[in-house]
Amino acid sequence: MKLKKRTPLIDQHNKSGFWGGKFGGNFIPETLKKPVEDLTDLFKKLRYNKKFLKQRDYYFKNFIGSPTSFVKLQNLSNHLGGAQIYAKMVSEANGGAHKIYNATVHCLIAKKAGKKFIVGDTGAGYAGKMLSMAAKKFGLKCKIFMGAKDIKRQKPNVYAMRKNGAEIVPVYSGSQTLVDAVSECMRYWVSNCDNTHMCVGSTVGPNIFVKICGWSTAQISRELKIQIKSEFKKIPKKIKLINCVGGGSSAYGFWSEFIDYDKRQIELIGVEAGGPKNSKLHAAPLTNNAKLGILHGAAAYVCQNTEGQINNTESISAGLDYPGVSPIHCFLKDTKRARYISATDEDALNAYKLVTKLEKINPSLEPCHAFAEAIKIAPKLNRNMIIIVNSCGDAKKDRDILKARLGKIK
Amino acid sequence: MSLINLAFKKAKNEKRTALLTYTVAGDNSKKKSLEILKSIANYADICEIGFPHNTPIADGGQIQSSAYRALKNGIKIKDIFSIVKDFKKSKQAKPVILMGYYNVIYQYGDNKFINICKKVGVDGLIVVDLPYPENKEFAKKCKKKNISFIQLISPTTSQSRMKKIVKDSHDMIYYISMLSTTGGKLKISPKKILKRYNKVKNLNKKKNTVIGFGITEKTIVSLKKADGLVVGSALCKEISKSIEKRQNPVTNVTNIVKRLRNKIV
Repeated sequence: MKLKKRTPLIDQHNKSGFWGGKFGGNFIPETLKKPVEDLTDLFKKLRYNKKFLKQRDYYFKNFIGSPTSFVKLQNLSNHLGGAQIYAKMVSEANGGAHKIYNATVHCLIAKKAGKKFIVGDTGAGYAGKMLSMAAKKFGLKCKIFMGAKDIKRQKPNVYAMRKNGAEIVPVYSGSQTLVDAVSECMRYWVSNCDNTHMCVGSTVGPNIFVKICGWSTAQISRELKIQIKSEFKKIPKKIKLINCVGGGSSAYGFWSEFIDYDKRQIELIGVEAGGPKNSKLHAAPLTNNAKLGILHGAAAYVCQNTEGQINNTESISAGLDYPGVSPIHCFLKDTKRARYISATDEDALNAYKLVTKLEKINPSLEPCHAFAEAIKIAPKLNRNMIIIVNSCGDAKKDRDILKARLGKIK
Repeated sequence: MSLINLAFKKAKNEKRTALLTYTVAGDNSKKKSLEILKSIANYADICEIGFPHNTPIADGGQIQSSAYRALKNGIKIKDIFSIVKDFKKSKQAKPVILMGYYNVIYQYGDNKFINICKKVGVDGLIVVDLPYPENKEFAKKCKKKNISFIQLISPTTSQSRMKKIVKDSHDMIYYISMLSTTGGKLKISPKKILKRYNKVKNLNKKKNTVIGFGITEKTIVSLKKADGLVVGSALCKEISKSIEKRQNPVTNVTNIVKRLRNKIV
């Protein structure tokens, strides 16, 4: 298994849609074959169409607010006394997280496909909130599938979705979290694919959804590359790019421009959700060497039992609370280009406390998993080392959890 | 001739559509699901048996409930095979088609799964999320063991694709009546369904082609021109209802299948 240089990772799959010959693919019911094929053809045309790209860039700039800033966390760096820590403030994007890139692109595609309805899944509520925002912007009717447990724990995003006019469909099956929301959304699409466009909220699902999402979030690293060059005059010799990984859309977006670099120069570190300390339930398939399995239309490493039933997961962060992971991250893991570890709920909360105490930023519990790793390794590293954390979400949505767990919030 | 082909031939000789039932193995217990099978087999021509999965992407609420119930009761793959084995050994035995999602098979191992299917007497396999042409290799392996791999065709399947699928199909083709998960309400007219069905059928008249999704006591008569009709969610729903009312699901489900059979004679 080998990575190709100068080819975007999203395009490094074979004819059947598999990365590295075994990750991804299209494990879908017959009914979805045609809509998936149509979408694949349409995307293939649009992504090289100058007019479409111009449109995308226009909305990225004027609707999303690109570029998001790149800041040095001087106090945190001083406090830890090792590596220099920076953050890419993707949480500044309209709506408060990276999910807006994928949502905007999907709405643009849905318009081109002549679809009037758009549906999507959501865990933390960000994918749903952003899709509802973009749908409103582009005049599409929107339905969001969300686990009943997540509806309870991510209320601020639920209100936002309703305000944007989206219908929220609570999902009561299984663990009532993201995994069930994605299943229910796919089921809905099976029944309504003739007039409805589906947006998968991360770099998961059938091959084309991985590609569209990765293509959309890649904007993050295009901006970052320019920002790094302007900050350091050139790409520094030692960088670590740390990103949380649930489905893996923000991590891919954060890394895509840097995958061709030697890992001794730019190391890619993905941080999965380890769940509560000592809990056996986690949402970290890559860290814990979960077996290859099929979930939501793609082959990837997935938390499951020996019978092929998908495991329940547990994480304080709804956005990472998913038993599977993107096929492209499986590919990055097996080619050893990226390294994956996990942080516990407690690690993330402690990171939140420290980062918000020292800096004027307010990262959500998802990127706090990445900050936890940065905090852990920074003191042991040399001052020439640059750590960049993707602060991909804003903690507004987490206020209830933070209040319950930390007593007070920023 | 395969048992599946024989079952269709028998129905044809009796000038009626074949009745295929779908129930989930282990719903609501291992013992009860076997009892249900043995009892409904008196009226059904072929029994589809679902092996439950907890993230089904094409099943509606009724079958999901059945699957979750079975899993909650601790059903394991080995139990499912033992149910099939017991059923096939019984005097009421009918051809069995196992139906489910690919991950369960994949974790078990393709070859191992097919071998044990053969051993316990499975006649056919439907794998919902292993579409054509991805399923070619798996289908070939099934054929080698004289197990029919059943291809699905849906209203979204293009004509050119349909041709290829029919050409590579085995003893039976499953036509999905409409854009829906299992158990959806029939949202297009039976006439339209039959028109599309005939398009598939006309590609090769010899292939046994059945219609499934949305078939109930109410709708079955209007589609009886098909070679066979599959009723699943209606039966799963009855099991749920029986449990709720503390009635015996075996009797209640059997009564439905009996009524369905009477309607197509």
